[in-house]
Order: sequence, then structure tokens, then C-alpha cells
Amino acid sequence: MDLLNALVAILNYVVIPATAYGAQLALGALGVTLIYGILRFSNFAHGDTMAFGTAVTIIVTWGLQAAGVSLGPLPTALLALPFGIAITAALMLATDRVIYRYYRKVHAAPVILVMVSVGVMFLMNGITRLLIGVDEIRFDDGARFLITAREWRDWTGLAEPLTLRSTQAITVVVAAVVVWALFWFLAKTRTGKSMRAFSDNEDLALLSGINPNRVVAVTWIIAAALATTAGVLYGLDKSFKAFNYFQLLLPVFAAAIVGGLGNPLGAIAGGFIIAFSEVGVTYAWKKVAGYLGYNADGLLQLLSTEYKFAVSFVILIIVLLFKPTGLFRGKSF
Amino acid sequence: MSTRQPDAAGGGKLRAPLLFAAMAALIVAEGMTSGWNGALVILNMGLISAIMALGLNMQWGYAGLFNSGVVGFTAIGGLAPVLISMQPTPGAFSAGGWGVLLALVVAALAIAAAVWLNRHLTGKAKGLSIVAVLVVGFFVYRWIFDPAVAAIQAINPASQGYLGGLGLPVMLSWPVGALLAALAAWGVAKTALGLRSDYLAIATLGIGEIIVAVLKNEEWLDRGVLNVTGIPRPWPVPYEVDLQANPAFVQWMTDWGISPVTGSTVLVKLLYTGIFGVVLAVLILGAQLALKSPWGRMMRAIRDNEVSAAAMGKDVTGRHLQIFILGAAVIGLGGAMMITLDGQMTPASYNPLRYTFLILVMVVVGGSGNNWGSVLGGVLIWYVWIKAEVWGPKIMHTITMSLADGPLRQHLYDSAPHMRVIIMGLILLIVLRFAPRGLLPEK
Repeated sequence: MDLLNALVAILNYVVIPATAYGAQLALGALGVTLIYGILRFSNFAHGDTMAFGTAVTIIVTWGLQAAGVSLGPLPTALLALPFGIAITAALMLATDRVIYRYYRKVHAAPVILVMVSVGVMFLMNGITRLLIGVDEIRFDDGARFLITAREWRDWTGLAEPLTLRSTQAITVVVAAVVVWALFWFLAKTRTGKSMRAFSDNEDLALLSGINPNRVVAVTWIIAAALATTAGVLYGLDKSFKAFNYFQLLLPVFAAAIVGGLGNPLGAIAGGFIIAFSEVGVTYAWKKVAGYLGYNADGLLQLLSTEYKFAVSFVILIIVLLFKPTGLFRGKSF
Repeated sequence: MSTRQPDAAGGGKLRAPLLFAAMAALIVAEGMTSGWNGALVILNMGLISAIMALGLNMQWGYAGLFNSGVVGFTAIGGLAPVLISMQPTPGAFSAGGWGVLLALVVAALAIAAAVWLNRHLTGKAKGLSIVAVLVVGFFVYRWIFDPAVAAIQAINPASQGYLGGLGLPVMLSWPVGALLAALAAWGVAKTALGLRSDYLAIATLGIGEIIVAVLKNEEWLDRGVLNVTGIPRPWPVPYEVDLQANPAFVQWMTDWGISPVTGSTVLVKLLYTGIFGVVLAVLILGAQLALKSPWGRMMRAIRDNEVSAAAMGKDVTGRHLQIFILGAAVIGLGGAMMITLDGQMTPASYNPLRYTFLILVMVVVGGSGNNWGSVLGGVLIWYVWIKAEVWGPKIMHTITMSLADGPLRQHLYDSAPHMRVIIMGLILLIVLRFAPRGLLPEK
């Protein structure tokens, strides 16, 4: 029985990775939920928006690196992020002007808008492929670790190593800042309040003189910022591959639905619920069980990592069956 | 879907025959310019795409249900030829087959028990007992399943390592593929139908990815990413090498002035075209009869106004469940036919863009709700998808003419085949915006 080492193992292999992943999912889900709340459709192009924003950020990062600009221990991509957001936001506003606005005008059914977003998904997927190709790209630079296994052992003398990668810490810090800024914006500013009003009751909001075009434009800009940030953080933490970003669509949607579509707080909770379940279910618990005095023959892994998407799916189905509006009551800001 | 708009489609009664004739002309032109073998490859896959589009059209066109998991239903349908027509691996069944079956029965029983508890208990006892049943069931399942799988995969892993099939004629697997897809569709639709329309879209996205993940990773079932090759051909289709070794055939071809090699490949593909054509004809006959029947009218009535259809006493969710399963079965049939045509099962090739969203484009472009439209859209979009890969670099070559040779030009040139993804997006968006009823409108 070695409780301390067991805790360290859990921290190292489950809590830290799942927290970083959860923060990334939460940012993605916030974008989905915001678009759902204001524009009232599930945006299938969101995964490819994340991929596009990340691709632009990577290209700017390469440019900065070539120019010799760096942030020291921090990844250069953080410096490139605002450019990525700006270009993605411009593209989103353009797609809204050229494509989505017409369907708002004719009051198309939500499912038609979902179909339209599939068309946009194709476009963004193709543009991303043109920009950067389909291969896996690593673009993290700067310091790799905040805590290395060796430092940890020297400090604590514990047998179990613990590492904290800088990308994991950056993810959590950036996500926290972004979420704080978003909630401050929604709660305190005039535009944020009008967005909440618009989401709650469109007719009433229009009656009280809120400019719908402005609300929609701001929503797209915020969604672009959230998607790009989520994509860049995910890419820094793991790697960039356009197809993986498409596949993130499922956990991101699951997070948004589990939390309650249209509810930002729910999206964050949903992101962490999905991330912790995914990592917890696909982690091999043999080592932890060993520290706790149980020597297992197998790996004690509930599901192999290839099935991590099944975890989001099962949670999604359970929530749909028992609480279709999500844990935090959807559709209310 | 029915975004009712003034119909801009001209041509009247002749419209459909003219468009089909134009499509046929495209295929013939392809045959004349780059060879009949290539043209028939496009046509055969186009016919299979037409079948998948027909299935999706039932869901989206008749009922307005958004299925974003077509890739999964295609893949699970493709499993059927492996399970039905491959020879059984000697000793695999006795080694682990029963164990796997028993484990699956345990899993099914645990889920059934949980469903039963959910219906018959209330309060705290309900939640706790369901969790307990599922957790115990899962561990028992893994306890039986893991050693059985290890035993199967240990048998001749380089070329087998899986259960194998039943060694039956491959044609039998087509209805089985439809059945497998229908079962998967029942599972997902039972939970996600009757809720907000987007939920079905997202739940099907999930089931699609999971089915593909299962096929990629369950080696005992279909060798996973190691692929199953050498799936036998259906009855009338011979192998090219046998034809070329047959003196009568060689003589026949020489009389016609065709090289026996070309002749044999074209003949094989023509036979597939014939078989697929017959299946498609039967399907479209059935679909047309169903759509014109009272059942079809009810379906359209539900799609166009769920509330009033419900007020008329129609069971909206029940009918949606029915049509969703039916459509998935047709997609599964197409999936089984595709694997039969390819002669191999390669789970890693199931890409959602190609197998889900491209089929959606086919349905929308052809004309949602119109069966003939799905057939036209299936063949046409498949043709464009294949040809765009060739056109892309050519267009890019023209565009980049003025650029100096360098990394940028090379990069643009290399990524030109991806242009077809953009082309598909543009086609979908333009059709949705300017001709939402497609090439062949519903009525």
C-alpha cells in the first residue's frame, strides 16, 4: 500500500492530461454552444474552423520563427495566435455574409442550416488542406517541461515520476483567461448583454432595438477566437493534423450537449466531464492498482485508446436518454 | 427537404431523360477518351453511390432526418461479405469463437437488464442498480472476451488471426449487410429520435465513428487495419486470369480485334455493371412504389408538418424510426456491394468526408426526395469527384503559370488534388442556395 505514489501516478497520467484536454474541449464546446444559442443551429464546420485557425497560426508561427522572433520559453505560436484569430474571424464574417445570412432572412429550418454548415465544412477543409496539407505537424517550441521527471524525483524522492509539460500549463492558463474574458464580456458589456437577450428571446430582443446583424457578427468573431484558441492549444499539446480536428467534432459536440446546448457554463463543465471520462476509461490502471496493493495480471484498461470516441458517444447517449436538455439546462445564457 | 420555393427547373417532362442522357454521354465520352476500363470503374462505383444516395434520400429526402453517420452504415454493411463469404479460419472457432459469442451474449443481457431495471424501478435504487448491473456485466464480458480474442488472434496471425467467414456465396452477404446496418440504425435512432433534430445528426456522427473504430481495431472480427483480401466474387463474374487462360475467350476477343487482357477486364466490369444495375432497378422500383403509396404520402406529410401529422394521429417518431432503419439498410446494402466489388475490406479507408458527406452532396444535388434524382446525383457527383482529382492539378497548372518555379508553386501544385473538396463544398452551397430542390425536383 503506497498511497502517495498512487496519487502521483493518477495525477501524472489522468488528472494533468485530462485537465489540459478538458480545457481544450471546453473552448471548442463554448464556440459550438454560442453559435447554437445565437444562430440556432449545430455548426458542423466547427472542427474544420479549428483546423483552419490552427493552420493559419502555424504558418504565421513559421514566419515569425524565420524572422527570428521568439517568446523565449513560451511557444512562438502564442504570438501568432492573434493573427490566426483575426484571419479566421475575417473568414467567418465572410462566410456569414455570403452564405448564412440568406438563410436567416428566409427563416430556414435549423436542419437546413446544419446542411449548409456541411457545405462550409467542405470549403474550410479544402482550404486548410490547400494551405498546409494533410500531414501531422508539430509546432511547439520553447521550453518543453515545467517539471521534468528527474527534477520531481530529486525534489520528492518518490519512485513515481511526475512531469508537467509547459503546453499543458499554457493550455490551462490561456483557457482560464479566455473563459474569464468571455464571461466578463457576456455579463458586463452592452454587446454581451444584447447577445444574451438575443439568445433568450429573439423577438423581444429585436423589439427592444438590438441590432441583430451586430449580434451575429460579434458571435462569429467570438466563435472564431474560441475555435482558433482551442485548436492551437490542442495542436501545441498534441500535434496538428487536419483530420484529427474533424474528429474532435464529436467530443466537442458531446461536451456542449452534455452541458446543455446554448449554456456556456455547461459547455465548460461538459468539456471536463468528457475529457476526464475519456482519459480515465482509456488509462491502464495496473500501476495505480499495484501501489494500492493489488497486483493485476492485465493492464486494467477499461477500453483501448482507439475507442476514446466511444466514451463521448456513450456519455452523449446517456444524457440524451435521461436529461435531453443537458446537465445545466440548455438554451439559456 | 422542403424549402418550398418557386421551381426554376425548366425542361418539364423531358428534364429527367435529358439529364440521364447527358450523364450517359459523359460516361461514354470518358470511355472514348481514356478507355472503357476506367469509364466502367467510375460507372460501377457511381451505381453503388447511387444506391447509398437512395438510402440516404429515404432518410433526408422523405423524412428530413439528418444522418451524418453514413460512413458507419456503409462500413458495417461491408463487414457482411467478410463474415459470409470468406473461408472459416481452421480452429479459430473452437479456440475462441464460442468465448466471443458468449461474451457478446453477456453484454447484450447486461444492457437488456439495465433497460428492464430502468423501466421497472424508481428513485435511488434505479440508478444504483443500473450502474451495478452494467459494471458487473462489463467485467464479466471482458473476463470472457479477452482470452477468447487472444486465442483467435494467435492463429496464423500473418495471414489469418481472425474468425473468418462462413464460406457461403458472397451474394448472400448483401442482404446480411443491409440487416447489420439496420440493427445499428435501430440502436442509435431509438435513443436520438424524438429529440431536437440536431441531436440525431450528432448521435449518428458518433455511431459512424464508433463502427469504423470497431472495424479498425477488432482484429478477431475482420483483421482490423491488416485488411481482409481475396473476398470471392459473386457467381457470374469470372476472374480475369481465368478468362485469359480460356482459349475460347481468347479466340472470341481476337475475332473482335480486342486484346484479351483489355477484353477480360472490361467484361468483368460489365458483368458487375449488370448486377448492380439490376439491384438498383429493383430498389428504385420498390422506392417509387412506396413513395406513391399511402405510406409515402404520410411520410411526406410528416416531413412537411410534423405537428399537423401528429394531430391526424400519425406516430411521428415511430414512422421516423421506420424510415431511418430502412434507409440505413439500403446504405448497408451498398456498403456490402462495394466491398464485393473491391474484393477486399480495408477499414482504414472509411473516411467520413468521402462516405458520409459526399453522399449527402449526391442527394441534395440530385434532388432531395426524388429517387431518380438520387441515382442521377450519385453517378454525377461520383464522376465529378473522380475527375476533379485530375482537373485540380490541370487548373492549378494554368493558375500558377505566371509564378516562378519555387516552393510556393510546388506547394500549390502538390495540394491541387485537394481542390475537389472545395469544389464539392461549392457545389453543395450553390445548389442549396439557388436550386434547393436539386436537379430533379421532387414533384
